[in-house]
Amino acid sequence: MQTEWLYIGLFLVLGMVMPAMALMISWLVAPKKPNPIKQSTYECGVETVGEAWVQFKAEYYIFALAFLIFDVETVFLFPWALALDKLPLFAVVEGIVFILILLAGLVYLWRKGELEWA
Amino acid sequence: MAQLDFYTLLPTVVLMAWASGLLIADLFIPRDRKAWTAGLAALGLALALGLTLAQIGRTGTGFAGMVTLDPFAVLANSLLLVSGLLAVGLSFGYLRRRDIDRGEYYSLTLFSVAGMMLMTQAADLIVVFLALEMFSLPLYVLAAFARPQPDSEEAGLKYFLLGAFSAGFLIYGIALVYGATQTTALAGVVTAVATGTASLPLLAAGAGLILVGLGFKVAAVPFHMWTPDVYQGAPTSVTAFMAAGAKIAGFAALMRVFVQAFPVLGEKLTPILWTLAALTMFLGNLVAIAQSNIKRMLAYSSIAHAGYILMALTAYANPQMRQMAVSAALFYLLAYALTNFGAWGVVAALEKQNGGGLELNDYAGLGRKSPALAAAMTIFMLSFTGVPPTLGLIGKIYLFRVTVEAGFIGLAVIGVLTSLVSAYYYLRVVVVMYMREGEPEASMDGWHKAVIALSAALTVLLSLAPAALFSLVSGATLLF
Repeated sequence: MQTEWLYIGLFLVLGMVMPAMALMISWLVAPKKPNPIKQSTYECGVETVGEAWVQFKAEYYIFALAFLIFDVETVFLFPWALALDKLPLFAVVEGIVFILILLAGLVYLWRKGELEWA
Repeated sequence: MAQLDFYTLLPTVVLMAWASGLLIADLFIPRDRKAWTAGLAALGLALALGLTLAQIGRTGTGFAGMVTLDPFAVLANSLLLVSGLLAVGLSFGYLRRRDIDRGEYYSLTLFSVAGMMLMTQAADLIVVFLALEMFSLPLYVLAAFARPQPDSEEAGLKYFLLGAFSAGFLIYGIALVYGATQTTALAGVVTAVATGTASLPLLAAGAGLILVGLGFKVAAVPFHMWTPDVYQGAPTSVTAFMAAGAKIAGFAALMRVFVQAFPVLGEKLTPILWTLAALTMFLGNLVAIAQSNIKRMLAYSSIAHAGYILMALTAYANPQMRQMAVSAALFYLLAYALTNFGAWGVVAALEKQNGGGLELNDYAGLGRKSPALAAAMTIFMLSFTGVPPTLGLIGKIYLFRVTVEAGFIGLAVIGVLTSLVSAYYYLRVVVVMYMREGEPEASMDGWHKAVIALSAALTVLLSLAPAALFSLVSGATLLF
């Protein structure tokens, strides 16, 4: 019991020391020749404009929901479809019920007008 | 047997399917015909109620011991379905008046009722957690249903954040119980304790955390912080449903989990439950006195009533008292639910479209302006206080009797004293209604009136013949 805790303690200490060491070493051995471009926030990329504290549209959740319907569904459907001929009737019906529930979500999105690209 | 599995959960399954169907059907119902949605929702609840009543006398377990069907579950489920019906009756006119008559309201209510019904039947801690989430998630949305009104949005967000927080306690408690006993089945916990393989301190810690998680749902002090804000901010019809439904489901789970899984911890938990009950009664009743907003006052009153029911639960560890404690708690939940819908119904009727009309002073002159409504409110206030001839009195007598017989005389004394205190703020409403001048404006549709009238009539009539109810609740045993 105690040795197990000891291992956890060791890992804790190591976990904290290792990154610090890595940073230290690179700070010690790396050549330092700064210039304005290197010092910029993004060496390649667009400079930020304005503040980071901005409001953004919470309505993006609709895309998350649509994503669930169209994408996550396939994760469950691939194994189901591949094993379809070996499955008992109960499992086949279960799969169809699952598709129907997701379809209900799609119908909901459609009737609420969320499929309009505007 | 797959068929029997579904039979144990048939009303819940039917209600879930109905709610899903309703969600889709509602999309094809135009905004000015939402009465159809409400009617269909009521039909689904009535159908589930019929199926539940058909389960009377049947017992069994299903889905590999995950759910159970016993007289307790049947009674609690019937109570929940009636609550759902009353809630739908209150909602339609109210939502239209507040201009928030969106059809999803009814689907969400149905989903929530289905989750609560699963809760009363849960025979495994994982199912308890699942059911808790299933009935809470729709409630979070319903609390925020009057969006974009900031009060309602605040209520929804607060309820959600604190609800998620408390669910963390519950799931951690379940994890500890699993750690102690290698099982999450309620019956399995008892077996593990009996064979001596369980680690009792760990089990006690788990049970304590489960108590915290469920104590949050039933609004027991000190886990009640969310209650006044959420009850005040949520649309009144939602508050009515939330106050009754979440309490029934929460206490049903508390009773089943503690009576069935943790009888061995009785000695350890009794002082904790004693303290929780006493604190809840004290704080709920005392803080309610200081409220001038009727919704906040009723919110604190609902906290206080959770304390009374916890009083019965304190006796759970005593094997002779167990059944009586469960019966008394169920009886009180029934009395509370009926009174609750009536009282919140009156509040909803007096609420103005702009969200005003909720201060105590707005009730001045109601006795003259609409005598029937004032009389109904008087009945509900008397029932909350526990004054004859109301169901609240019978429920309180039953609770106090159980508490005294179980030997917690101090707790019973606290209960009686805090009831006396509560008379002050309940009767203040009556005084304001009858003895002050004012021009209150009540508006409600026929269904709304029917719910208030039915609650008032049942609160009085059932109290005159409580024998039938007594035999009903004493038959509601926890099996398996």
